[in-house]
Amino acid sequence: MVRPDEFQMGLSSRKAIYIQFPQAVPCSYILNMDDCLGNNPIACGKCADACDKRAINYDDRDQIITREVGAVVVAIGLDVYDPTELDEYGYTRFENVISSMEFERLICAGGPTGGHFVRPSDQERPTRIGFIQCVGSRNPKVGRPYCSNICCMNTIKDTLLLADHYPDVANVVFYQDIRAVGKSFEDMFQRSKEAGTRYVRGLPGEIEEDPETRNLVVTVENTTSGKLERHELEMVVLSVGVQPAKDMSRIASMLTLSRTSDGFFMESHPKLKPVDAPTRGVFLAGFCESPKDIKDSVCQAGAAASRAGALLNAGQITIEAITSRVDEVACTRCGVCAKVCPYGAIVWKKGEVASVVEAACAGCGSCSASCQFGAITMRHFTDEQILAQVHAVLAEDPQDKVFAFACNWCSYAGGDMAGISRMTYPASNRVVRTMCSARVSEEMVLEAFRCGAPVVLVSGCHFADCHYINANRQTVQRVHKLWDKLEKAGVRPERLQLEWISAAEGQKFAKVMRQLEELRGTVTRDEIEHAREALKAKPGKRPGVRAAEPVVEAPAAQT
Amino acid sequence: MTTTHSNDGELRIGVFVCDCGLNIAGTVDCAAVAAHAATLPDVVCVVRNKYTCADPGQNEIKNAVREQRLNRVVVASCTPRQHEPTFRQCVLGAGLNPYLMEMANLREHCSWVHPGDREGATRKAKDLVASAVARARFLQPQEELAVPVTKRVLVIGGGVTGIEAALQLADAGHKVTLVEKQASIGGIMAQLDKNYPTMDCSI
Repeated sequence: MVRPDEFQMGLSSRKAIYIQFPQAVPCSYILNMDDCLGNNPIACGKCADACDKRAINYDDRDQIITREVGAVVVAIGLDVYDPTELDEYGYTRFENVISSMEFERLICAGGPTGGHFVRPSDQERPTRIGFIQCVGSRNPKVGRPYCSNICCMNTIKDTLLLADHYPDVANVVFYQDIRAVGKSFEDMFQRSKEAGTRYVRGLPGEIEEDPETRNLVVTVENTTSGKLERHELEMVVLSVGVQPAKDMSRIASMLTLSRTSDGFFMESHPKLKPVDAPTRGVFLAGFCESPKDIKDSVCQAGAAASRAGALLNAGQITIEAITSRVDEVACTRCGVCAKVCPYGAIVWKKGEVASVVEAACAGCGSCSASCQFGAITMRHFTDEQILAQVHAVLAEDPQDKVFAFACNWCSYAGGDMAGISRMTYPASNRVVRTMCSARVSEEMVLEAFRCGAPVVLVSGCHFADCHYINANRQTVQRVHKLWDKLEKAGVRPERLQLEWISAAEGQKFAKVMRQLEELRGTVTRDEIEHAREALKAKPGKRPGVRAAEPVVEAPAAQT
Repeated sequence: MTTTHSNDGELRIGVFVCDCGLNIAGTVDCAAVAAHAATLPDVVCVVRNKYTCADPGQNEIKNAVREQRLNRVVVASCTPRQHEPTFRQCVLGAGLNPYLMEMANLREHCSWVHPGDREGATRKAKDLVASAVARARFLQPQEELAVPVTKRVLVIGGGVTGIEAALQLADAGHKVTLVEKQASIGGIMAQLDKNYPTMDCSI
């Protein structure tokens, strides 16, 4: 069985049983069951015959190992960009066009050529080598507008390695900007130039191959001189960028992590909490947070380890007092709350009063919003508190306002992002924050319309990003129900809007607010008055709607 | 907690309007917002600060809580996602339960997104403060539940970052489980020959 060796970028081959690379840890053979023909003696079974120690086990299976942990460090790394789609560079058509990862294997003593740098077409040593920068980076056309951070320095390093091994080599680097901003990086850049590397500002439009010599002809506009240049090179290295790892979405949904528009994991705060994930107890390090080099990855690993260690050393964490409580008298024992709880934190048996396991409750408020009998209080996000905000905001000139509910983790944070990024939008919106969009009850939305709101927005996290597992599915159901209700009452359903805005989507937040302001302009005074009347509360139906009076604790003795 | 209103149990709300230098005051008429806050129900004290999060600003809150016998505090400044912990700690320092503090976001959600619309931004800021005060009237003291932390860390990914994090945690005496999808740890760095800036071997 012979397969391309993935570690050597397919430049050599391996068997179905192999050691990944000489310095592997653990340094033992693995049997790749996707390639193995199995122990059917007619098919193969040769490795079992060859192994005196009888270490081959064809029946070994994947196992699920359960570990309880108090903190998680996410360091899942990156994927390297595959330049196949950029056909103009002929990566799949011309043998002597290679990627920078293949370069690494070709120049490595542990590589397929033993460190003798040769070109693939004839195994001859090339003397004129070109490097093309920003392949799959800073290129919105291939969906990667970001800078991959490491490729400039990696190419500078490659040119120095070549100059060191083969003083007769002439390198030329095609670039748009050289970003050598780390400690001692500029020095390396200058050394590369001193070693004879030519830097040409401009990215080639196309590569052609001379079918005779298999040399590559690169045409490029030198943007410094303004002249068109033609370079005949024996080999071209595509300095490929990096991208978020394929596994990121799975890890993101497992740990309720958010991702930036570039696809990397989003930190709690770029400056104040740069390695904390928004989910408590989860820390981010390395490439999965953003493209960075080895030194920065090691620094960030230390920071994440320190943050995780501090959490463990503290020995305990306090849970924000926003959990739910059941009013045993008001509870009708229907069990709806237990069904909608994403955490299974509500204990209920048929015919019994529901109760909340506080340590398991995360405080999303789905249960409270779903309870038809006002029997569940969300501590610190009570019906009274939220309705008081609705009333306060819409007390004067409600016709001029767009009323918005936004969830803490995504939509409200998206609004913060719009602010941090100074993205402007009309000043008509009034946002009320809840922990989750599922906290927003029917009554809260209806009350906003009763108070004269022309437009009401319910906004939350995208489905995969919900910070309460899947509580925002309840939001969808509730909003659909409300749309039906509005339609029956003769109120235009689009006056109630539902939007998913992530913490990274400041731009979307601003856009939605602009759209809602436009929508508000279409709502007439008659429509507002009609909604006020048509949606009038049935007396005594829900305790939250009554004009509540605050309850004040007797103050502690103060000096 | 009492359920009856008495002189001892009256609501006394303090509102602290932050200029945030010119971050808020550059767009929002903070004097008008403060004047409006003074008209809101149960508000007994309104203070304007240049930087509420700075020590002098926090001290003003603490002093006002003590001197004016405030039992609810509204800080009209920036996003609670940034400074809620700061101001919760601040009111706790003045002997108030941290859950009796509420914030109005006049910066990220107002001044920074409505430059050039001073009138609209000020109108909105007044509403945001009114909303926070309305909510503050219904705030109740809360006690947080403490739960133990399991003394083990999971590190996902055995590349240079994951290995480093796992080693540092283990060196600090913590139990660590490192998960790697490949047969060997090392990640993509193991595939590199030399790396910058030191030009030495990757593995």
